Amino acid sequence: MSAVLSNESNSVVQGGWSASRATVYNDKIVRQFAVAAVVWGVVSMLVGVFIAAQMAWPELNFGISWLSFGRLRPLHTNAAIFAFGGCSLFATSYWVVQRTCQTRIISDKLAAFHFWGWQAVIVAAAISLPMGFTRGKEYAELEWPISILIALTWVAYAVVFFGTIGIRKVRHIYVANWFYGAFIIAVALLHIVNAAVVPAGWMKSYSAYAGVQDAMVQWWYGHNAVGFFLTAGFLGIVYYFIPKQAERPVYSYRLSIVHFWALIFTYMWAGPHHLHFTALPDWTQSLGMVFSLILLAPSWGGMINGVMTLSGAWHKLRDDPIIRFMIVALSFYGIATFEGPMMSIKTVNSLSHYTDWNIAHVHGGTLGWVGFISMGALYYMVPRLFGQKKMHSLKAIEVHFWIATIGIVLYIAAMWIAGVMQGLMWRAINPDGSLTYTFVESVKATFPFYVVRFCGGLMYLSGMLIMAWNVFMTATAGKPANATIPSALAHA
Amino acid sequence: MDILFLLVPISVLLALAVVGLLAWAVWSGQFEDIESEGQRIFQEPPLESDNPASSRRSQT
Repeated sequence: MSAVLSNESNSVVQGGWSASRATVYNDKIVRQFAVAAVVWGVVSMLVGVFIAAQMAWPELNFGISWLSFGRLRPLHTNAAIFAFGGCSLFATSYWVVQRTCQTRIISDKLAAFHFWGWQAVIVAAAISLPMGFTRGKEYAELEWPISILIALTWVAYAVVFFGTIGIRKVRHIYVANWFYGAFIIAVALLHIVNAAVVPAGWMKSYSAYAGVQDAMVQWWYGHNAVGFFLTAGFLGIVYYFIPKQAERPVYSYRLSIVHFWALIFTYMWAGPHHLHFTALPDWTQSLGMVFSLILLAPSWGGMINGVMTLSGAWHKLRDDPIIRFMIVALSFYGIATFEGPMMSIKTVNSLSHYTDWNIAHVHGGTLGWVGFISMGALYYMVPRLFGQKKMHSLKAIEVHFWIATIGIVLYIAAMWIAGVMQGLMWRAINPDGSLTYTFVESVKATFPFYVVRFCGGLMYLSGMLIMAWNVFMTATAGKPANATIPSALAHA
Repeated sequence: MDILFLLVPISVLLALAVVGLLAWAVWSGQFEDIESEGQRIFQEPPLESDNPASSRRSQT
């Protein structure tokens, strides 16, 4: 067992392309991204709670331009998706690809560049967005110099991820890696196409596209950001961490492959459902609607596969809050992937578009699905990353779960009611054909629901703070640890 | 809708690339003995820290 007991400096090859001689995985990069995910989770949710408060009490901008809602909202969305979500995906994908390929990552240096490059992108966003620099495109607000940094960082990530698969010691590519791979390739394509601009200054540019065509490109990007960044990537997490935490294999490996291919084929076409009843041609809208409805099937295939992995072990839901986070995440995934297709139907969309129903839908998907599966996976990895057997406090995980779940329910219920109410008020017509309500009357009627939403968000943030404390206590009680590669052990 | 002159060819190429990837996967034996692949992630030995100084502390 000399490989296990040998001194790290003998057995670890740092940097360079010598992964084949390494005896331990590079879990440092996992540790870095995992800690970053927790930190950015707190930050992104704090900004979210602040802007939620501003929607109820607008005086909270204090007359300061860099605290204004319009500038802080994209900071919240970018931080939540790319900083929190991104770091969760990077941490888990580096964990999974190494262990399922039984090899250290192909380049420590490129992975390090990925980490620091991504943190630089986040900091650049945190500075430039409140200063008012924006491209005005949703989830693609960052100006062109930052877009370039994103692209460079992404190339490094792709090289490490696919390069590691290329030097794998196991012939079969575990299904989670297919999901991560699709996420990486799709996001690269989406970013390059939607970030195409003509610069007009260091932090000013004009889109390469115009009018309704620009809108189509934007929502092809926007919906595939959801489909590949927020869905395919996190399904990669489901396919590794749920079996590991449940100690049972994926319910149907065959189904995982089938729904993977169906999902990636169908998602690309759903974007037009963001543009119903706009200047976008009717046939394009219908195409988006139909594919969005078809998408329900492969999405639920993934949900069922993940949930049924617990078949024969349902009692674990009672005793293990970590598996609870993961399974409840899939429940919210199921809700969101049913609600989404419903909202893609033109008739339904004519009521829901521009209302807070969209916000309810987004936050069930982000807080419920993305948030919870990330938290479950982070709770799985953190003790192991620091040489511990368990998280510092199991009770704290329980409290986190309940406070966050109640927070989500308050949030989405408030926004559902507000959304339907807004839709109905905006279309109410008097017998003489005039509108019954002024717009501002609908704003006033929404006020109590904004307060409830703020409370729900505050609870969710509190849960995240509990997690941050728990992670801190676990990390400081232990020491950074890198797992041994089994095949290297066999040759010791 | 001139953008379609760009989008349709790109989409077709992309779809072909994806089909090609699927064909490679099938041809290179990725889908042989599929149900056992789900078990593979359990075959690694229990986690051993490479840090000899860390001890297994009991948790509260």
